[in-house]
Amino acid sequence: MTKRFSLSFSQLVLLAVALVLAAIWLAPIAWAVATSLKPEDETTKIPLQWFASEITLDSYRLVLETGGIVKWAINSTVTAVIVTFLTVLFSAMAAYGFARTQFRGQRALLALILAGIMVPPQVLIAPLFAEMVALGLVDTWWAIILPQVAAPLIVYILYKFFQDVPPELEQAAFVDGAGRWRVFFTIVLPLSRPVLAAVSIFTFITTWNNFLWPFLVSTDPNTMTLPVGLANVVQGTFGLRYAQIMASVVLAGLPLLVVFVLFQRQIVRGVAHTGLAGQ
Amino acid sequence: MTTTVAAPAATAPVAEAKVKRGWTQHGLLFVAPFLVIYVAFLVWPTLLGLRMSLSSVNIAGTNDDFVGFDNYAEAFADPRMWRSLWNTLVFTVLSTVPLVLLGLAFALLVHHLRFVQWLWRLSFFGPFLLPSAVVSILWLQMIYPPDYGLINGTLGTDVLWLGDPSMAMWSVVMTTVWWTVGFNFLLYLAALQSIPQHLYEAAAIDGANAWDKLRSITLPMLSRTTALIIVLQLLASLKVFDQIYLMTGGGPEDSTRPIIEYAYDVGFTGYRIGYASAVSYILFAIIVIVSLAQLRLFRKRAEGSS
Repeated sequence: MTKRFSLSFSQLVLLAVALVLAAIWLAPIAWAVATSLKPEDETTKIPLQWFASEITLDSYRLVLETGGIVKWAINSTVTAVIVTFLTVLFSAMAAYGFARTQFRGQRALLALILAGIMVPPQVLIAPLFAEMVALGLVDTWWAIILPQVAAPLIVYILYKFFQDVPPELEQAAFVDGAGRWRVFFTIVLPLSRPVLAAVSIFTFITTWNNFLWPFLVSTDPNTMTLPVGLANVVQGTFGLRYAQIMASVVLAGLPLLVVFVLFQRQIVRGVAHTGLAGQ
Repeated sequence: MTTTVAAPAATAPVAEAKVKRGWTQHGLLFVAPFLVIYVAFLVWPTLLGLRMSLSSVNIAGTNDDFVGFDNYAEAFADPRMWRSLWNTLVFTVLSTVPLVLLGLAFALLVHHLRFVQWLWRLSFFGPFLLPSAVVSILWLQMIYPPDYGLINGTLGTDVLWLGDPSMAMWSVVMTTVWWTVGFNFLLYLAALQSIPQHLYEAAAIDGANAWDKLRSITLPMLSRTTALIIVLQLLASLKVFDQIYLMTGGGPEDSTRPIIEYAYDVGFTGYRIGYASAVSYILFAIIVIVSLAQLRLFRKRAEGSS
């Protein structure tokens, strides 16, 4: 009896601690939402109040009507989807090539790709920008997309995965006369769906949130991604219109949070799996 | 599946050889698409950056003279380079400690709670899904302002969170912890869930209490994950740029400017892209050293455990 009581008592204490921490962690987001729903002249009132005299969606209407936020969201979505698709397709092909076939120079190429995991894209901004200028790609989506597809870590993760796939499944297909490409696309890829989902989610989140590189190669508001457009334009043109700034912040933050609520299990697994890949 | 493997004896070895890395003309074709992009946008810029760091090239691509190690010599004599390198190291230490400890604490807490897992995950991991620009604008505009900001307004304090040179780095760290602790939290949570339950059952039979279990089972079982998280966190923190650039612009009085921002400043604002490459490659060298240390560490551990 006492045991049962102490168990539920400790659960209550843990629950209380967790609730307090969760409230602290959610407070900034809640504050952004609360501010975005206020009339503009009540956003900086002291003492603070969470709810203004009226709740209004004016800030959202104005941001959606006048700002570039919809265009940037489209740019972000399109570039992130293309990066994710190309990264996963090309990395899976390369990983399969390294794990299951042999060709001249294979070991050296694999070493070259593994060495690339150590190269942080942030230190390459100057040469990469010079290269984009030379290629005439500045202010295009390709400048944003291509460098992000060169992700050796994803090749490494999939390479480790393919090495552990039992070869019997492919063997059966080869016996039936299937070629290497058919085996890859009809057997290996479907078999790898969980790990492909994991790296896709990871790649999409990283690309969607990437700032430094898209910020350097897009000066034209028409090609900017959401984070870049927000950073560039919000502070310049919104002035002290805090409700509108917070409405933009909420709109820009919302998509991935909604996706997270919907696909929580997959995202948690995807991030944990990919993050721990170095083990 | 096992029925189809029972194939004619003559073709089976061929198929087996094919699966098991037989010579194939397709191998390079599988690797080619990735390899082209990888060489063009990672290997080549890495080499180009090294070459640029040995030249006086500007952002327009002109004045491209070979100057040897002049840029590096200048960087090592440049107090602003040292200041930004120092800021980067300070940020790395100040952020890594709470990001690892809080990530562990949150994971232990959530792991032991039976209710509403989704709520804890959303609360602690949710911020990680926000773009750096969203986080920075939110904290800069509505959380840190000394008068109407959420913190001072709620606590009744009047701290100059971002305006005071002795405070700004702490504030940047605080925002970073709020934003990214969810990543380490998830890694720890996954590691906790993979600890075999029978260890705890055995300990319970031996009369171990919760504290004993934590100290002699949970923490030792997490040591590998912890080592990995620390290294990943060091590498991530060394590359800090976004939130500092967007919240403080490196100020006040250069007190928060990280080295990547300094490279950006001299290269993209000051147009000296050769010098910017040299400054970047100083950080690059540090990151390579940490990465190699990581490789050694984990190779040793892998050998030790096998």
